[in-house]
Order: sequence, then C-alpha cells, then structure tokens
Amino acid sequence: MTDLQKTPEQTATRWTPDGGRDPLAGRHGAIGTSLPRIDGPLKVRGEAQFAAEVPADRLAYAALVTSTIARGAIATLDTAAAEAAPGVVLVMTHRNAPRMAPPAVIMTDPRAAGASSLPIMQDASIHWNGEPVAVVVAETQEQADHAASLVRVTYREEPASLSFERAIAVGRHPDTVLGEPAVIETGDAETALRNAPHRIDRVYRTPRHSHSAIEPHAVTVWWEGGDLVLHDATQMLHMTRYTIAGVFGMDEERIRIHSPYVGGGFGSKGPWSHHFLAIAAAKLAGRPVRLALSRGDVFRVIGGRTTTEQRVALGARDDGTLAALVHTGTAAMTTHNNCPEQFTFPARHLYAADTIRVEQRVADIDMVANTFMRAPGESVGTFALECAIDEMAGELGLDPIEFRRRIEPETDPTSGRPFSSRQLLKAYADGAERFGWSRRAAAPGAVRDGDWLVGMGVATATYPYYRMPGGRVRITLGRDGRAVVAVAAHEMGMGTATVHTQVVADRLGLSVDRVDFQHGDTALPAFTMAGGSSQTATLAAAAHEATLALLEELLRLAGNDSPLAGLTVDEVEARDGGLGHRGSRERFESYASILGRAGREEVGAEGESPMPTETQSFSMHSYGAQFCEVRVHAVTGEIRVSRFLGSFDCGRILNPRTAASQFRGGIIMGLGLALTEETQFDERNGRIMNPSLAEYHVPVHMDVPEIDVIFTDIPDPRAPLGARGIGEIGITGVGAAVANAVHNATGRRIRELPITLDKLL
Amino acid sequence: MIPFTYTRAHDAAEAIRLGADAATKYLGGGTNLVDLMREGAERPGALVDVTGLPGAIEESQDGSLRIGAAVRNTAVAEHRAVRARYPMLARAILAGASAQIRNMATVGGNILQRTRCAYFYDGTVRCNKRTPGAGCDAIDGFNRMHAILGASAYCVATHPSDMCVALAALDALVELEGPGGRRTIPLTDLHRLPGDRPDLDTVLGPGELITAVVLPPLPWAQRSTYRKVRDRASYAFALVSVAAALDLAEDGTVRDVRLALGGVAHKPWRAERAEQMLRGRPAGTESFRAAADAELAGAAPLRDNAFKPELARRLITAVLGELMGDAA
Ligand SMILES: Cc1cc2nc3c(=O)[nH]c(=O)nc-3n(C[C@H](O)[C@H](O)[C@H](O)COP(=O)(O)OP(=O)(O)OC[C@H]3O[C@@H](n4cnc5c(N)ncnc54)[C@H](O)[C@@H]3O)c2cc1C
Repeated sequence: MTDLQKTPEQTATRWTPDGGRDPLAGRHGAIGTSLPRIDGPLKVRGEAQFAAEVPADRLAYAALVTSTIARGAIATLDTAAAEAAPGVVLVMTHRNAPRMAPPAVIMTDPRAAGASSLPIMQDASIHWNGEPVAVVVAETQEQADHAASLVRVTYREEPASLSFERAIAVGRHPDTVLGEPAVIETGDAETALRNAPHRIDRVYRTPRHSHSAIEPHAVTVWWEGGDLVLHDATQMLHMTRYTIAGVFGMDEERIRIHSPYVGGGFGSKGPWSHHFLAIAAAKLAGRPVRLALSRGDVFRVIGGRTTTEQRVALGARDDGTLAALVHTGTAAMTTHNNCPEQFTFPARHLYAADTIRVEQRVADIDMVANTFMRAPGESVGTFALECAIDEMAGELGLDPIEFRRRIEPETDPTSGRPFSSRQLLKAYADGAERFGWSRRAAAPGAVRDGDWLVGMGVATATYPYYRMPGGRVRITLGRDGRAVVAVAAHEMGMGTATVHTQVVADRLGLSVDRVDFQHGDTALPAFTMAGGSSQTATLAAAAHEATLALLEELLRLAGNDSPLAGLTVDEVEARDGGLGHRGSRERFESYASILGRAGREEVGAEGESPMPTETQSFSMHSYGAQFCEVRVHAVTGEIRVSRFLGSFDCGRILNPRTAASQFRGGIIMGLGLALTEETQFDERNGRIMNPSLAEYHVPVHMDVPEIDVIFTDIPDPRAPLGARGIGEIGITGVGAAVANAVHNATGRRIRELPITLDKLL
Repeated sequence: MIPFTYTRAHDAAEAIRLGADAATKYLGGGTNLVDLMREGAERPGALVDVTGLPGAIEESQDGSLRIGAAVRNTAVAEHRAVRARYPMLARAILAGASAQIRNMATVGGNILQRTRCAYFYDGTVRCNKRTPGAGCDAIDGFNRMHAILGASAYCVATHPSDMCVALAALDALVELEGPGGRRTIPLTDLHRLPGDRPDLDTVLGPGELITAVVLPPLPWAQRSTYRKVRDRASYAFALVSVAAALDLAEDGTVRDVRLALGGVAHKPWRAERAEQMLRGRPAGTESFRAAADAELAGAAPLRDNAFKPELARRLITAVLGELMGDAA
C-alpha cells in the first residue's frame, strides 16, 4: 500500500487542533483495554489519604457557625461563651478575620475559580441563609463543634429575594452563558410556531439539587512562614491556588496544594468559603487547621444545581420535520456568581429546524451561590427538550426514534459548522436493538403486569466536547526504560491516573507497568481543571505535545551513530521501548541504548495543550441514547426503573471499564434527578430544610436496576486520541427518558421534577 | 461539649433508680437519641443505657408473645414465631431504616423515636415540639411527610415508626415500670395526639421505662401484612403505610379485621372507624373503599400532602383486597 492509498488515520503522524489526525486514535494497544484502576487497591485498603486525614503537628480543628437569615446584617455577635469553652483556640468573625480580597469568580478570568465574588467574613452583612458568620478553632473537632453552638448571633433582617416566581418576573439576561450568547435566533421562530400544523408549547420545571459526593469538602492547611500549604479535595488545583493567591494578595509560588485523591467532585470541588476561612484561621491561630465540612455544612455553604423554569415549544409539519424550535427559560442565580445553568445548550446543537430561538434568563435569589453540578444545564435542559420531543412524536403519531431521524441535522443548526463526528442515530439504532425497543407499545398505558403499568422511554444524551488550553504535562524517560508522567491533574475516582498511564504507555511504546503517573500536586506542571469533561482531552493533547518534544530530544541525543540517524519526529514511532522508523522494522533503537550512549540517566520534556481551535472549525459534541423501562404501580403511583440502557457516542473509548463506570454513575445520578432529588429551599427564609442524606434522597441500591452500557467507540478525527470526554454525558437525557417511559406506561405527562408518586395518583 | 454522664443498667430497678431524674434519658441503640443530641434537639444530662436489660422473646401458654424492650429490631423481625404468627410485624420492621440501623435499634427505642419533621430538627426555625409556645413553621412549610389526621394548630408532625403501626394493629400492650410502680397500657394509648402540647410525644411519666411489649394471641393474624409507600424503594420514611389483618367468615363476610395507618398522624393510627364498618359486612372492594373513606373523612391535608388521603384510601382498599385474595 502506498501512502496515497492509506486513510488519513493510517498516515497520521501527529494530532493538531487544525486537522492533524492522532495516530493512536484508531490503534489498539493499552488504550482500549479494561485496565483496572491503579488506585483501586489503595482505596480498598483504606490507604489513600484524603484531605481530612492528613496528619499535622499541633493540628487544630475548625467548625463553622452559619447565618440563620437570608439577607441583612449581624446585629449582635457574642463569642464569649464559645471562647471560654474547653479547648477553644480562637473564634474568628468579621471583627478579627484577616483582610481578604473577594475571590475572582470562575470564568471572569481563565484561571479564576471562585464560586462567588462576595467578600468572605469581612463585614456584618449577610447574603444567604447558611453563610458562615464565625469559625471556631479548637483542640478537637468535638470541642470546636460544641463551642460553635455557643456563639450567639442576632440579626437585622432586610427583605430578601427568595421567591423564584417573583424573581422570574424581574429576571434578566446574563451577560453570557459560559461565553455563549444568552439569546440566539435563526429566523422568526414564534411566527413559524404559530403557523405550524402541529404545535406543542410546554413549561417544564426542575428543582434545586445539592452536591452529595461521598467525601464532604475538607481542607487541612498550615503556614510555613510566608508560605502556605493546603491539603485539599479539589478538581481545580492551579485555579484554586490562583484564586487563593488573589484573596490573600500573595505570590502563587508560595502556595502548595496537595490533592492526590478526591472523593467525588461533580463540579463542587473548587475554592469555596471554607478554603479562605481555614487559611485565615490558621494564620490567626499560628498553627495547622483542619476545616472538614459536616454533611449539613455542605448543603449550606457549597452551592448545587439551581432551579429552572423552561419553556419548550415545537412546531412541526406532517412529515415530521420541524418548522420551529423554541427553548427559553430562567434559572435562579445570585448577583455575585456566574453560573446561569446552560439549559438551552442542547437545543442549540441537536435538531434541525427551520427556525430556532433559544433564550436564557436568570432570576436573582438570595441563596448560596449555585454552581456546576454534573452536566450543569445539559442535565435539566435535556429533561425539558427531550420530553417535548417525545410529546411531539406522540402528537405526530411517530415513533420517538423515527421522529429524531427526521430532524437529524446535516450541520450544526445554530452555528452552521460541520460536525466533527456525530453518530447519534447509530447510538439510537444500536441501543434500540439491544434494549428491545421494538417491543414498546406505541399507545400509552397499554402494557400491564399485575398491578404494574409498564412503559419504555427514550431520550437523547448530549454534552459538548471541551478541551482547555494551557494544561501542561512533563514526561521523563529513564535509562531503566520507565516513564514518569507529571501533571497537576485530578483523580476524583474516575480513572484519570489509570487511563493516562495507558495513553502514555502507547505514546511511548511501553507497557503500562513501566509508566508512573504523578498527579494532584501544584508542584507538578500546572494543569487546567477537571471540569466540563475536559480533563482527558486536555491531558491527552498536552501529553501528546510532551511526547513530540521528548522524541525530538531523543533523536537529538541519538545523533548520527544511531540507526535512527537522519530521521525526523514524523518519520519515527515509539514502539517496543524505543524509537523505530515508521517505514521499516529494522531501523530501531531502544530508549536505554539512546540514553546510555548519550551518557544520560534520563531525558524529559514538557508539552502544553494548545488553543482548542478544533472547536472553532467544527461542532464537537458527544451523544447518546438513553433507554428506560419503568413500572408504575397502578394503585400507589410508585415508580420503579426496571431496566436501563445507555448507548453512547463519545468518540474513542480509552478504557471500557472506567468509561462504563462513568456512564453508569451519571445514569444513577440521573435517576436521582428524575425521581428523588430535591433540595428543599424554604422561600420564607431561604433555609434549606433537608440538609442530610436521610432526607435529601439520592437513589439507594434498590432504586437502581442493572444498567447496560454500550458505546459506538468511533474515534472523533478532530480530538486527540479520538476521544471526546465522558464524565458528564451519562446524566443527560436520563430525566426525560424516565419521564417519557412514565408517560408510555401511564399516559401521564409529568413536567416537573422529581417525578414523585403523588404526581401520578 | 455539653457534658452528660453515661451509665449502664443491668435490670429495670437499677435503670429506674438511675433514671429518675428529669434530665436523664434512657439509651437504646442510640440511633435516634444520639442524632438528636448532635442536633441539639435533646440535651440530657445523663444517659442510662438500657440495652443490657434482661428480656428476650418469650412465648406464653396463652399464645401471646412477650418481647423485651432491649431486643433489637432485627431479632424481632427474624424471630420464627413473629414471622409465622404476626407477619405484619416482621414486614413492618423490615420496611424501616436500614439493616445496620435495625441491628442497633431496640424495641423500646423504636417506639419512642421522635418525629422526623425538618422544622423539629432545625433549631433555627419555629417548632412547638422543640420549644413549647414557639410556633410551628411546618404548617405552612415543607409538609409532604406530615399529618393529615389528628393534627392541631400547634403541630402537624407524624410519628415515623413502621414497627409501631403493626403493634397498634395487633393490640399490643406496653409494659411500663417507673418510680411509681408498674403498669401495662395499650400501645395505642401510649402516643399522644399533639393538641396544644406537642412537646409531649407520649403519656409516659418521668423516669418511666418500657420493659416489654406483649402481643396478645391473634391466630388469624397469620394472614396479615404491612405495606409501606415511600419516596424511594428503600431507606425512606413512610408517606403512608398500612398494617392489616383480615379474618373472613365462610360466607365471605368480615368476621374481624385489624387496620392501622402510618405516616398520617402524630401517633400510629389505629383505623377503628374503618374496622367497625367492616365487621360483619361482606368483604370486597366496595366495602373496603367505603371503610377507607369513612376513616379518612376527617383528613385535613396541608400544602404538600394533599395526595395522602387518596393514597391512604387506595392503599387500605388494595391491602385488604390482597388479604382477601390470599384467603380465597
Ligand atoms: C437514616 C434513618 C432512617 C430511618 N428510617 C426509618 C424507617 O424507615 N422507619 C422506621 O420506623 N424507623 C426508621 N428509623 C428510625 C429507627 O427505627 C430508630 O432510630 C430506632 O428504632 C430507635 O431505636 P434505638 O434503640 O436506637 O433508640 P434510641 O435512639 O436509643 O432511643 C430513642 C428514644 O427512646 C428512648 N428509649 C429507648 N429505650 C427505652 C426504654 N426501654 N424505655 C423508655 N425509653 C426508651 C430514648 O430515651 C430515646 O428517647 C430511621 C433512622 C435513621 C437514622
């Protein structure tokens, strides 16, 4: 075969954002195998040390006192009893807290990560019910907790904005929605809607959700002179460091953050007030301080997914094509954060329609700053959109999958860009086959098994491909034939360390047991956040650049006495523990030999994730089809999800085992969103009334059926490794798949989450 | 820390001697009391651990079953005689909490567990149960889990126990021993309706100890069941639950019936009205539904629990129908 006959993948030598294909995207090696998690044994043995477990000499423990009104000011603050309590080291309030600048809010600057721009304990003002008003530091956690209960605070209350309904009426457009415009219109959608022969126009509502990662947020911090050391649970190491440096007016280099293990993040593990408070308290105390949030604290001081009210209107023709698609609505937010819950993002990219109108508004509420929570926006946006699609399919008398076939777009419906790779219909076809979709009765309420009404539903899952610019990776190759990958990336249990061990092994032609992956420490090369399902693509791009630089250096060291003499980086490939000519088996030299001849113990190189210009040329998204079977009790309305299948199109799957866990975990979280989760925000005083896992219902084992997961595994030619990221898509579409199945089972259309049994009585 | 003393009693007399003080609380498995102490809702000065009190599950000549107050919930649910003769009780216990909690929880503690009303747990809002006279924020707040029967303007909380619903249906007796001596009262008289004193959950006097629960013989309770409806498949308190036993005559009329509801009132709710209506009547969906309607005629739903009366009616009708089906 000549090069001309080969596919672009076969001749690919290096991935580039402007079109170069990744040679590894289609190749089988360590990538694509189900390597078990390398951190698994440590965790099972309890040897992985989390932030709240790190020992320190003279460690003191902190507890928070939080406000009990939503807006106003502290009138009186009596800390005497707390200060006199046994073991108390100090009580910090706005009166004695060190001066701190307000945190830089995430996305106001590429490195900022603050959840809110409110000043932290700098004055008497109160901005939400649950805001920290004092930090008690004591010799033991129990002493701190007790003394915290002795702090007496009275307030001067001011009128607060707490009613979502009233706040919607005076809502506003956010400046942008994650950098995208808040309003997009192609054509005159409202007119097209009015003139369409088939119309549905619905309002969907979703409640607040609270982050419930198994590990509550915690920091253990100390000062070493002017240097600051934090043991943290974070999914954004360097951004946290940058934000802390800004708050304390210090040089970033003087802050070191360790975060080797994170017990789940889902968007919540960034710098929140407890970071700054613990650092300030450690400064006042002159000794190490641990601030480990209680579960109740997590509900009050860490934001979650916000509540939304969304309108979806569809105008269709008899042939099942769309004349109009409208998706508008409002999310509750605050005046001091920047997280408008991008629920219209799916509608911008999913379906062809002559006219499209999307609009996002926010309603200002006095509450803890809402934040990212697994597929923020897409999770609840797909609930509304995908229910509406199902409603319209019913209206048209079309099978919901067939309807989606008819509105499958050729190019991105709002940007007009070509898709880099879009196999949504294949995901549907594969899923339908495996799930037995053809057995679904089209008419609602038609299938009954004893007292149980049985139904099937389907919905599209979608999540954007993100790759962050600037993340850096260093790869060092030793004469012993081992490679060390060093990067301040984050292992929150999703398998990052495992998968990138596989990736670098293949990049360097090594077996996985010859690669060590170092992560979770700001002393390592600076990296971007583990957010937006971007860590894999970003790391892959940076490691790719580092590999190229490393090969360059190796060729230089190999010199003219090597079988590789005269070859360029693009002419060689890493294989069998060394470099070889792409064209011939014979021209090869091992790393050990190259380094040995050069008299070097090791050679290292760094690489950085370049600007993600691929997303400016292409519409890049992951897709999936969520299939759900529910059983609804005819007498009581109880809902049981009896079968679930997720069929995903996320590009190349790097490790089927860790990937399936991500998809499954997302689906389980989606079942919570569909059926059980709701943060009870009392609109009379802004208080969260169910701040515990007994009353805030995440799914328990019995709520979760066997979940089947399949994937297309088709590489995306524009993404490094062909992989688009998989962490968040699993939760998307689940709410709608369940709601659509409930409709199929009962004929009842529930447009407000969670779908509790009373709504079906 | 709020200091408290801890002692372990070996028999009832010792417990009562140690527990006479008003600031003292008996400690069972601690799965409720310790939580409430952490939340500041209970602040005892002394704990007397009563898990070491003697008492097992004893079968008497007359066919009754006596269960010591310290027996763990799991042991009751697993007991052969309980399962065979009072299946509704075994099922009720297994429908509650989690295996770990049931392994710790005692019979006495389960009976005296306190409401899960969020406004009772949160010391920053108003609650008459926590602070008499403070007012009640649940009445106009989140009250999906709250009472529809027997509530008052002072309190709309429910008693959360599943086990007690079965005990109420079975006419269980509670043996008490206190500084003033011993007495035995029906379980249905133990818990109070809130009235204007919701701070008083029960009629127990100061220092009074539950020593045992007695299940009178009820041969036809072999055909009995417990059905709990809740917001997730497991590990959630009842929205509405029903404990029922049905005794049918040859001619298909109801010879006797036992019916109690959970999740609807400040106490396990024995559905006496429904029972009365059913005795001697033909069994069937119609009479079951009519009895359920009568029982719930006085239901007064709140903002978030308007579904409960209908759910309770349906559940009563369905559970009785199921028991009738089993008999056929
Ligand atoms: C997360 C969670 C979920 C739960 N879900 C359910 C559920 O679904 N259904 C359900 O029914 N229950 C549920 N429970 C409650 C559980 O059943 C109770 O916590 C348990 O039964 C209490 O028993 P204990 O022995 O631990 O009581 P303790 O906590 O030790 O005591 C409770 C009360 O009883 C008093 N007491 C104990 N023994 C005696 C005695 N012999 N005489 C006098 N007073 C005594 C104590 O002073 C205290 O006031 C749940 C609990 C939790 C934490």
